Order: sequence, then C-alpha cells, then structure tokens
Amino acid sequence: MNYNLLIGGAAGQGMETLASILEKLLKRKGFEIFTLQDYMSRVRGGHNFFQIRFGNEKIGSHVDKLDGIIALNKETIELHIQDLNEEGFIICDEEIDYIDSRMYKLPLKKLAKTIGNPKVFGSVALGATLKMFNQDLSNVSELLKETFKEEVALQNLTAFELGFIEVPVRYHIKSNGIEEKILINGNDAIALGALAAGCKFYSAYPMTPSTTIMNYFSSKIEEAEIVVEQAEDEISAINMAIGASYAGVRSMTGTSGGGYALMAEAIGLSSMLEVPLVVAEIQRPGPTTGFPTRTEQADLKFVINSTPGETPKMVIALRDPEDCFYQTMRAFNLADKYQIPVIMLGDQYLGDCLRTVKPFDFDKVKIERYLSEEEYKGDKEYKRYLITENGVSPRITPGNIPGKTVLVDSDEHDETGHITESSSVRIAMNDKRLRKMEYLKKELLEPIYIGQEEVDTLLIGWGSLYSPIEEAVKLLNETSKTKYGALVFGDIWPLPTKLLIEKTKIAKKAINIEQNATGQLAQLIRESTGILIEDSILKYDGRPISSEEIVNKLKEEK
Amino acid sequence: MKEICTSETAWCPGCGDFVILDALKDTLIKLGKKPHEVLVVGGIGQAAKTAQFINTNGFCGLHGRSLPPAAAAKIVNKSLTVIVDTGDGDSYGEGGNHFIHNIRRNVDITHFVHDNQIYGLTKGQASPTTDIGHITEVQPGGSHNLPMNPVLLAITLGAGFVARAFTGDKEQLKMIMEAAINHKGYALVDILQPCVSFNKVNTFSWYKNRVYKLEEGYEPTNKLKAMERAMEWGDKIPIGILYKEEKEDFHDKIPFLKDGKPLVTAAFDLDKIKGFMKEF
Repeated sequence: MNYNLLIGGAAGQGMETLASILEKLLKRKGFEIFTLQDYMSRVRGGHNFFQIRFGNEKIGSHVDKLDGIIALNKETIELHIQDLNEEGFIICDEEIDYIDSRMYKLPLKKLAKTIGNPKVFGSVALGATLKMFNQDLSNVSELLKETFKEEVALQNLTAFELGFIEVPVRYHIKSNGIEEKILINGNDAIALGALAAGCKFYSAYPMTPSTTIMNYFSSKIEEAEIVVEQAEDEISAINMAIGASYAGVRSMTGTSGGGYALMAEAIGLSSMLEVPLVVAEIQRPGPTTGFPTRTEQADLKFVINSTPGETPKMVIALRDPEDCFYQTMRAFNLADKYQIPVIMLGDQYLGDCLRTVKPFDFDKVKIERYLSEEEYKGDKEYKRYLITENGVSPRITPGNIPGKTVLVDSDEHDETGHITESSSVRIAMNDKRLRKMEYLKKELLEPIYIGQEEVDTLLIGWGSLYSPIEEAVKLLNETSKTKYGALVFGDIWPLPTKLLIEKTKIAKKAINIEQNATGQLAQLIRESTGILIEDSILKYDGRPISSEEIVNKLKEEK
Repeated sequence: MKEICTSETAWCPGCGDFVILDALKDTLIKLGKKPHEVLVVGGIGQAAKTAQFINTNGFCGLHGRSLPPAAAAKIVNKSLTVIVDTGDGDSYGEGGNHFIHNIRRNVDITHFVHDNQIYGLTKGQASPTTDIGHITEVQPGGSHNLPMNPVLLAITLGAGFVARAFTGDKEQLKMIMEAAINHKGYALVDILQPCVSFNKVNTFSWYKNRVYKLEEGYEPTNKLKAMERAMEWGDKIPIGILYKEEKEDFHDKIPFLKDGKPLVTAAFDLDKIKGFMKEF
C-alpha cells in the first residue's frame, strides 16, 4: 500500500523546509519514501512542487496520480487537480478562491497568526495531513527542535497540533517500521561513495543538477579532510582533478552536459597520460542550456564519443542510490586499475529524488590503488609507460621514491614519457592503451534482469529508468498475459553484451525505453551487437517517465 | 646534482629557451633539489617542452592548462617544488582564465613564462603580448589587438611575487628564479626572450637595447611604484623583481593542509565516513 502527496507553491514559500519535515517524519515513522522535486530555474516565484510517495512496501520511483494535495497557493490546485484521485483530498488555506468537493479549506493563516508567527501556516497543513493518514504526532517535537531554534520549534509544534484537530481520519496505513533505512538522493550517495573510496580532491564548477555533489563534499571538508575547489571553469576543474590524481590522491570532478563538453579534451588527457580520473556527469536536457533543472538521458553517445582520437574510457550509468554509492567506489578502483577516466552518468531525476534505502554496507568498501611503489624502491629502472601484456604500466607517486621521476606527456611518447614521432612506438603505445579495454571488458557487470526466465516482451533501458521499469514490469505481469521482462544497463561503455544477446534471442519482441528523442541505447546496441531494437518508448520533455506512463504506452501499442 | 640534466632538446639554435632551461637547472642545483622533489609542468608550445628536457617529474598537459594541474599537484603534495615553465600563448592566451584565477588561488607554485611575443610552435602568429602593428602571416595588416601587460595584470590581481627578466642576462635571471621559487605563494616571472625563427621584430638586440635593471634601492614592496614600473614598455623596459609581498597562501587557509602531512600521505579513516551515513 502506498500514497502519493503533492506539496506545491511558489519558490520562496518555504516548501523545501515543509517537504523535508514531512519526509523525515514519515521516515521516522517507518515508511518507505520516494520524493520527486520539480523546481523551475529561478530563485523566487514560479511554480514548484514536491511529490512525496510513501507506503509500507519498496518504492523506487514516482507516480503521477495523487492522493492528496497540500496547496500553498491557488496555482498549485489549478495545475494538479486533474491528477487527483476521485477520493483524494486538497488541504489549503480558507481564503483560496477555488471550489472542489475534495477540498479542506482550513484557517491555516489565521491559526498561524494566533500562534504569533505567520510563517508556520505550512505546519498547520502538515498536522492536518498526518491526521488524514491516521498518524499520531510522535516524532514531531524532536524533529522540529532539530530543525528550528527553540521558540520557532514550539510555534511549529503548536501549528501541528492545531492542524491535527481540524480534519478527520481518512486513510488507515501502518508502516512496517522495523528495518533501519536511510533517506538519500543519488547525488549525495555519489559523494558519500567517493568519500568512502578515499577521494581527497574534488574540483568542479557549479552546474545544475550536479552542484549538490559539490555541496555535500563541502559540508565534509574538515571532517573528511577533502579539498573542495570551485574552479574558474570546467576546464580548470577537470585539469585540476587530473593534476591531483597524477600527484597521487584519488580525485574527482562533476558537472552536467554543457560543462562536460568543456571537459572533453581533458577526458582525452586522462586517457593519454594514463592518469586515473572519476567524473560524475549528471544529465539535464540539452543541447546547450536546455532545461537546467529537469531531467533527460541524452548525453550517452556524447560521453562515449567525447574525445578526439581513440581513447580508453569507461562509462557507468547509475540506476539508483545504491548504485550511486557502490558504483562510485568501484569507479575509483577501476580508474586506478586501468589508469583511465571512468565517467558515471546520472541525471537530475536520480540526483535530486530522495528515497529510503538500506544503509550502505561499508564492509564492501575495498580500496585498491594498484600502485607499484614497493617494486621500484630499489635500483630497478622505472618507466612510466612500460609496455606490458595487459597494457597497464606500473604507477608510482611522484616525489615518493628518491631517484625515480614520473614524466607524463599528452604528445605521443615512448616508455619513459618522452615525446616521439616514431611509427613503431606510436603503434605500440596506441595498442597498449586500447589493450586495457580488452581486459576491462572481461570484468564488466551485465545489466540487471527483471522478470522471470521466460519472456515475451523484453524492455531495455539504462540508468535511472531502472526503478520505473522495474515497477512497470511488476504491474504488467500482474495484469497481462504477455510475460514481460527487462534489462537495465549500469556498465554501458564498453557495452556488456552477453545477457543482451541471450535475452533478445528468447524474447518475441524488444522495446527500448529511454529519456531521449533518438533512442541512443538502441543505437549503441545496434553498433555493438548488430541487434536491431525496432520499437521504442522515448520521452524528452524534461519530466521523468513514470511506471504508469510506461504501462500505458505499452497498452496503447497493442 | 648533474643528475637533473638530461636529454637533447628540439629547439632552434640561438633560441632563448636554452638560456631559460640552463638557468632553471642551475637554480635547482643551487637550491639542492633532487630530481624526484621537483615537478615541472607545461602545456603546449615550444617553451612548454621544457619539462621534457630536464630530469625531474614532468607533466606536459593540454594547451593553456598548465596552471590548474600544477596548482592541484602542489595542493595535494606540498613537499613537491612545483614549477610551471611554459610560453606566453599557453600562459596568457589559451590559459588566460587560469592565469587570472590562479593568482587569486595563490598556491605556492612558480610560473616561468617564456615571453617571445610570438607563437613559435605554430610558426609565427601573434601572441597575447605581440605589439600593435606587428605583421605576421595571419595578421598581414599588423596585429590590431592591444598587447597584454602580464606583469601589470598580475600586480593588480594581487600576485605576491612579480618579476620580469631577460634571457640576455642569465645571472639576473637565475637570481630572480631562485627568489621566485623561494617565495611562498604564486610567483610570476615573465621572461623576455627572442624567437630567432618567427619574431624578426623583437630580436635579441631589440630587447638588449631597451631593457634596464631596476636600480639598487628600488623597493619592490610599494605596489603603486611597482605598477608604474610595470607599465614601462617601449624604449625602456625594466627587468628585476617588480613587486613582492608576503601573504597567506592556499595551504595557510585550510588547517589540515597547513598543519598536516602532505595530503597524498595522510591517513584515511573509513569509520569516520561511515559515521556520515547517520545523517541521512
């Protein structure tokens, strides 16, 4: 059982605080939560809303149908009432000039005034909301005290109490409330994963929707002893990260599509110098400025092909917050192992949406640096670009071993790092760099398969569409004779093909589902395997696709 | 300390780059630096190849992008002596934005700019310091654009060490290099040098006839006076340390960088990171 609530208003009305309080309350009461935040690219005004879906079963994505609307202004009602279920409700101030039988017009503002703080009217609405779902006021007082100063916390508590008595109970839902959970979004999970991997240097230039990664690192500068440098531009950001990595620490940068375009040359630098690098690319709709605060998956082919020349690199699409944490750690290990750039593709939907997940398992954290310091402490001659069987050359930290220096060069170079124009050295070095990809391919993770062994219709997606697709498959298999299954890619470049070939052979039909206009994964599959996916569901309006939308589109197709 | 000297170079005979490379080697030897303790960083250009011709750690990166990796390497390993040695196009043209912001960043690195007022590697186009009217293949009517004054710009942006040198005075160049490396914080040395192949205007004798050493008693701590001298260009060009100011550098502002071990060797506490999870 789960319900879907919307809190809407204008930017600057304190909605973020309200939504955050409600999320935390529901989490502490033991519910599973998924929050979708929709905000416009402006600081004041405009229409903004949060959709909080909560219940007592796993929730990995949003739905469009609403059970309740908490409207801080009239516009919220006008824009969202068409999504409200017949038996749903609207809580708003009594002065809002709108008529609908599902409305509870409460004296939110009047009550706030009697409390002596007009700003607490939202808390009156939250008190009423808790009552609607038959929840008591436990956890409220302590949470408010954590959020506000004492006097304001008390005023908000009174507001909750007054709201609570204004409405009747409408829904009966009980949380499971046993298992410990954390409430986290994808970007914070990436940053936490990087810290767990021992990342010590993050340089970036602010760009929505990637900036919150930098914000999280910045909140931990002293405690985690990480350098966070806001660079003058993305070019500097990535070149700094490469410089820090060359010098021996784990380093990272993050951006969105436009910033990544500026970084493209340096992605090649990381490949050519064989300096490990981890990059988070949090996609938003492009091209250029596009929709700064919305979501899309249209940078896949760009990121794969983002460098001049033929360079080894790896691209990992992030599926959910767990993936963000564990894959980020793995990205650091793989970057170190193969001395390549590893790019993680997230998006605004995954980056911003909060959800409850199991606490991350820190016992799984294994930091593997693949440094050859010990081997070169003696007289053995060190060559930075020694030709080896798997293409990976020994790496040491500059300054660490007397008598040993590390020379790296973006020009084609010989084993010692010196410029060369030799034909044979060029071939040997190019082969060496590309050979690393062959070894990397052997340890790629196959896509996650959802569904039973037998499958009629195979859905294919990548990254953040994992959760909506997972829910859609479940819904479809409950109601349809057709057996649905899905493959959702995490590792995406190089493309793991084993399971893909296996499942497409069994399925009668395959459909790619992507948040872009041209079906980029389908193109990649065609290019890598020859397999042609003929049908697709594509969405590119900047709004995230929901499981319901996927189900409805598939029903239309029949 | 001869170990710091290494392989052959790919510069034209008579190029000022040789003097700068020699002066750099002599200075590092005088300072008692071992090869593994030094990192020389360059971008792209003839001058940027310096790191290839000296036996230290070397980072030859992208065009214009020498300062960001150099600053980052120093930030994470303060025990390295980090020197950016590259040209005027790399430093002031393609890398202009980084030039501005690395002065603000004030990491303890030293920036030697081979300033020959021309692009050598791409065969003779105008550089950011080329004078108005200078005719090249790409600027057949003469360069239209105002030349940049890097030393004046650096002083106004708040750089703590700004000097101008000339390859015709190697002894002074070495003195300036030593002072620049010893300066705590970002130090800029703009080194005038001829390009024998592609700059037929600003020749060795063109510079020789114009440069003069800052007189004894010149006080490099007076910013306004330093700006006046930095603006001198044309018939008389001052060489020497134009401006010097002790100030906090990047590391001073971050306690764990200032007081702790170099970040690259710092201990890592996973349990502390695990503790962050409780906040979600």
